[in-house]
Amino acid sequence: MGSPHKPHERETLVLSKHFGEAEARTLEGWKKRGGYAALERALRMEPAQIVDVVKASGLRGRGGAGFPTGIKWSFMKPGDGKPHYLCCNADESEPGTFKDREIMRWTPHALIEGVAIGAYAIGAETAYIYIRGEFTEPIRVMEAALVEARKAGIIGPNAMGSGKTVNIWIHRGAGAYICGEETALMNSIEGRRGNPRIKPPFPAVAGLFGQPTTINNVETLAAVPHILNNGADWYKGLGRADNPKSTGTKLWSVCGNIQRPGNYEMVMGFPFGEFLHDVCGGALPGRKLRAIIPGGSSVPIQTIEEAEASLMDYEGMIAGGTMLGSAGCIVIDDAQNLVKQIARLARFYAHESCAQCTQCREGTGWTTRILERIVAGDGTPEDLDTLLSIADNMTGKTICVLSDSCATPVVSGIQKFRGDFEALIKRRTAHPVTAAVA
Amino acid sequence: MADVQMINLTIEGRPAQVPAGTSILEAAKTVGVLIPHYCYHPGLPVAGVCRMCLVEVEKAPKLAPSCATAVAEGQVVHVHSEKALEARKGVLEMLLINHPLDCPICDQAGECELQDYTYQEGRKEGRLREPKRFNPMEDFGGDVVYVTNRCILCTRCVRFMDSMAQDPVLNVSERGDRATIGKFEGKDLTHAWAGNVIDLCPVGALLSKDSLNKVRAWELDRTASICPNCSQGCNMMIETRDQQIVRLRPRPNEEVNQFFMCDHGRLNYRWMNRQDRVELPMVRQGGTLAGADWEQALRAGAGLLAGKRAFVLASPMLSNEALFLLQRLAKKTGGAGAFRVPTAPDEAPLPGVEDLARRRDLAANGRGAELFGFTRSDTPLAGLQAGDVLIVADEELAGADAADIAKAGAVIVVGTTLPAWARHAANVVLPIANFTEEDGTFTNLRGRVQRFMQAKAAPGLSRPSFFALGDLLAAMGEGSGYFTAADAFKALAAAQPEFAGMSYETLGMKGATVQGAASGVGA
Repeated sequence: MGSPHKPHERETLVLSKHFGEAEARTLEGWKKRGGYAALERALRMEPAQIVDVVKASGLRGRGGAGFPTGIKWSFMKPGDGKPHYLCCNADESEPGTFKDREIMRWTPHALIEGVAIGAYAIGAETAYIYIRGEFTEPIRVMEAALVEARKAGIIGPNAMGSGKTVNIWIHRGAGAYICGEETALMNSIEGRRGNPRIKPPFPAVAGLFGQPTTINNVETLAAVPHILNNGADWYKGLGRADNPKSTGTKLWSVCGNIQRPGNYEMVMGFPFGEFLHDVCGGALPGRKLRAIIPGGSSVPIQTIEEAEASLMDYEGMIAGGTMLGSAGCIVIDDAQNLVKQIARLARFYAHESCAQCTQCREGTGWTTRILERIVAGDGTPEDLDTLLSIADNMTGKTICVLSDSCATPVVSGIQKFRGDFEALIKRRTAHPVTAAVA
Repeated sequence: MADVQMINLTIEGRPAQVPAGTSILEAAKTVGVLIPHYCYHPGLPVAGVCRMCLVEVEKAPKLAPSCATAVAEGQVVHVHSEKALEARKGVLEMLLINHPLDCPICDQAGECELQDYTYQEGRKEGRLREPKRFNPMEDFGGDVVYVTNRCILCTRCVRFMDSMAQDPVLNVSERGDRATIGKFEGKDLTHAWAGNVIDLCPVGALLSKDSLNKVRAWELDRTASICPNCSQGCNMMIETRDQQIVRLRPRPNEEVNQFFMCDHGRLNYRWMNRQDRVELPMVRQGGTLAGADWEQALRAGAGLLAGKRAFVLASPMLSNEALFLLQRLAKKTGGAGAFRVPTAPDEAPLPGVEDLARRRDLAANGRGAELFGFTRSDTPLAGLQAGDVLIVADEELAGADAADIAKAGAVIVVGTTLPAWARHAANVVLPIANFTEEDGTFTNLRGRVQRFMQAKAAPGLSRPSFFALGDLLAAMGEGSGYFTAADAFKALAAAQPEFAGMSYETLGMKGATVQGAASGVGA
C-alpha cells in the first residue's frame, strides 16, 4: 500500500498527524511523539472520570451512527460481577471508507492506547480489535504493535504498572460486510455465523458471550487519547461554534472521480463545497461533478448542488439530505452512468446480505436484478415504481439496516436522478432483442 | 401464578391479560388473533428473521416483530392495520419471488403456511419479471428430502437440530438470495428425532421420503391418538385416507412431547394397516377352526373357562380398558396374567426437552399392564399351570416356548391377527380391533393416562377390545358388557384405586397422571 498524500493546509491534523511516518509505528517512535501519556494518566483516574471527560468532549461514534461515545460508555455498569468487554470495530467494510485502515497502518499504538483507555473506562478487562480480514497490512502492523505493547507491559495484567488489567486481542474477520454491524461482529468473534442479533437486548446488557459489551469504531477510540491529553474543551473547540453537537475532527475518505482522492482530516462543520473543490482539487479535467455519496455507500446520494451547500458534520449532512455516516465520500462525475453505479451498489448489498430477514435477502437481489436489467437496456417505466415499492418494504422492517442501506441509494437515486433512469428505459424500444420479439 | 406480574394490553381492540415477558404473538393467541408468522415456533428459540409477524404498536416508531417483542402495560397493538398489512404483503411477495409456484405437485399444498397467508393477505399477482433462482433438490439423509427452491429460510429446522436435537447437522449456507439450508459435510439427518424438521417446515421444502408424492393434504382425515411405539406416550395425530393410515404426526402436549415425535414412532405405522387380520370369531370344531358368530364364540369361550383357572398372556399394546377387563377375568377364575415387552438396547432422547425420549420399552402400555397386576417377564408363560385356560390377548407369542403352550388345557385367542401356532392350538378366537380402530387409553411410563380415538373402521366382524372382553365376562356371568369405551373406563376408574376419579371428560385430550405415580418407573 502506498503512502498518504501531503496534508492540505486546510486540514486539521490530530489523528492523521503522523500518517506516513514509518517510525510512528514502533513503540519507541510513538512514545517520542507523546504516545501512551494519556493512558498513563487515564489509569490513575477513576473510570467514571474518564467517561465524564469523553462526555464533555462531545465525541460521537465515527463508525456511522454518531452515537455520543461518553453516553454509550455510561451504559456500562462496572462492578456488577460480570465480565465486561470492549470491542473495537475495525471491520471498516463500508464501501468508500478507508480511514480506519490508515489509522491502523500508520499509528497502531494510537489505537491500542485508545482501546486500553476505553476498556479501562468501561470496566472491561478484555478488549477485542476486530479487523477486516482483507486488511492484511494493517493486521500485520497492529499485531507487531500489540506484541511490543504487551512486552513493554503497557497492556496486560499490570498495565503500565498501575495494577490494572487490560488485555487486548486481535480478531481477524473473514470478509463479510455484515460483520461490521455490532451484533454480527460479536457473533463472529464468538465463532458463529456473522448474523446480526435482534435488539433488545442491547450489547450493553448482553453482548459478546452474553456479557455487557461496548463497541466503538477505530477512529472514535483513537480520538480518546487526544481528548484526555488536551481536554474536552479543546476538542469541543475544534468544531464549528454554532453546532456544539458535532465536535472535533473527522477523517474523510475521498474516492472516485476527483483530482486528489485520499484521507483528509477536517474539523466538523467544514464547508463541503470548499472541501470538494479546493481541498480535494475538484473534478477531473474536462468533467463536472454530478453526484456525491458522502458517508459511505449506505447514505442517500446528494446532487453536487446539495453537497456544495452542506456542512461536514452530523447535523450539516442531515440538513443536506443525507448523513455523515462513516465519511467515506464517493464522488461521481458526469462521465459516469449513474444507474450503473447504483446497480453496482445494490449488487454489493445483495452479495453481502446475511440472508436472515426476508426483505433483505430477497429484496437486495430483486433490486439488483431490476437495476441491471435497466442498465442492460431492458427496463420498463413500471420498474421505477416497483423499485420504490421494494425499497419501501426494505426500509425499517429488518433486524439490521443492511436492507435500508441497499434501498437508500436506490430511492435517492430515483428521486434525484430520475432522468438518468428514464433515459435508459426509453432506449428499450431500440433494444434489438426486444424489438425482434415485439 | 401469584408472583407473576400480569400485563394488560389491547390487541385488535380486544383486552388481553398475560404474564410479563410474553410475546405479543403469544398474547394475541390468547384473545383469538393469529398473527401470521413463519420463523416463530413455540417449541423453538425465537429467531425473528422472517419479519412476517410485523404488527403496529401504537407510539412505537417502527413496526414490531411480534414474536420478539414482549408485551408492555397499556400497549395497543394493531395486527390488521393498513401499515402492518402492507408490510406483511411485502414480505409475502418477497418470499414468493424465488419460490416456485408448483403447489399442484407439492406435498405441502393444502397445509402450507405460505399458501395460507398468501391467500389471506398476499398480493394478487407478483411483480417479478426476472427468472427465479434455481437450486437442485438434496437428500438430507434419514427420512428427509430438501426441495431447495421452496425454502423460505425460516431456519426452524436449523434451530431444531441445534437446540432441541443438539445435533447441529443443518446450517444456513451462503448469503443473500443464494442462501440455502446446508448440511455439514459428512453428516446426515439421522438423529432419532430429525423427522420433526418436516413438520416444523412451514412450506414444502423439507418433505418426508416416506410419504413423498403419496397423498394430498386435503384428502386426509385426522384423528387424535397416542403413539403406541414406545412407553413415552407422545401425543399424535393419525392421518388416514380410505381407511388406510398414511402418516403419523405429533400433536402438541406440553407435559409429554411438546411438539415433537421421534422417527421410530412416526414411521412405524404399517402394522396398523395389516391386511392379514382375523375378521370373524372362530370356534374349534373337531380338528379345524371354523367360523362362528359372536354369540357362539363367546359361549364357547365362557364354556372353556367354566371352573377353570385362566392364565392371561396380554400384549402391552392393549388399552387400559382391555387390560382391566382381562385382569377381572383372571381374578374371577383365580388365575394370573403376564406380559412381555419388546425392548431396544438404548433410549433415544431429545435433549432439548426434559424427559422426552424414545424409550427402551417399545410398547405403549407396559405401565398399564403392571398397574393391572400383570407380571412382566421375558418368559411370560412360566406362570402357566397345567390345565389352565390360556388366554392370549393380541400377543403373537413368537419366540415363546411351544412346549409351554402345550401345558394349557385350552387356548382362547383374543387378537387382531391369527398367528400360525394358533391355527392348531386355539380353541376359540375372538377378533378385536387394533388401537387405531377403537377408543381407549394408554398409561405411559410416567403414569400419564391418555386417550386415543378411533381413526378407521375395524375389519370384518372384529369388535373393540373392551366390547369383546366385556361380553366375554358377561357370558361368564359377570356384568353385562360395555357399549362404549367411556363406560368401560368408568368401571375401570371405579375399581382400580390409581385411576379413582378419572373419566374421559377429566382426561380430556391432554391426559392425567395416575395417583401415586409421581416417581415413575424408569426404562
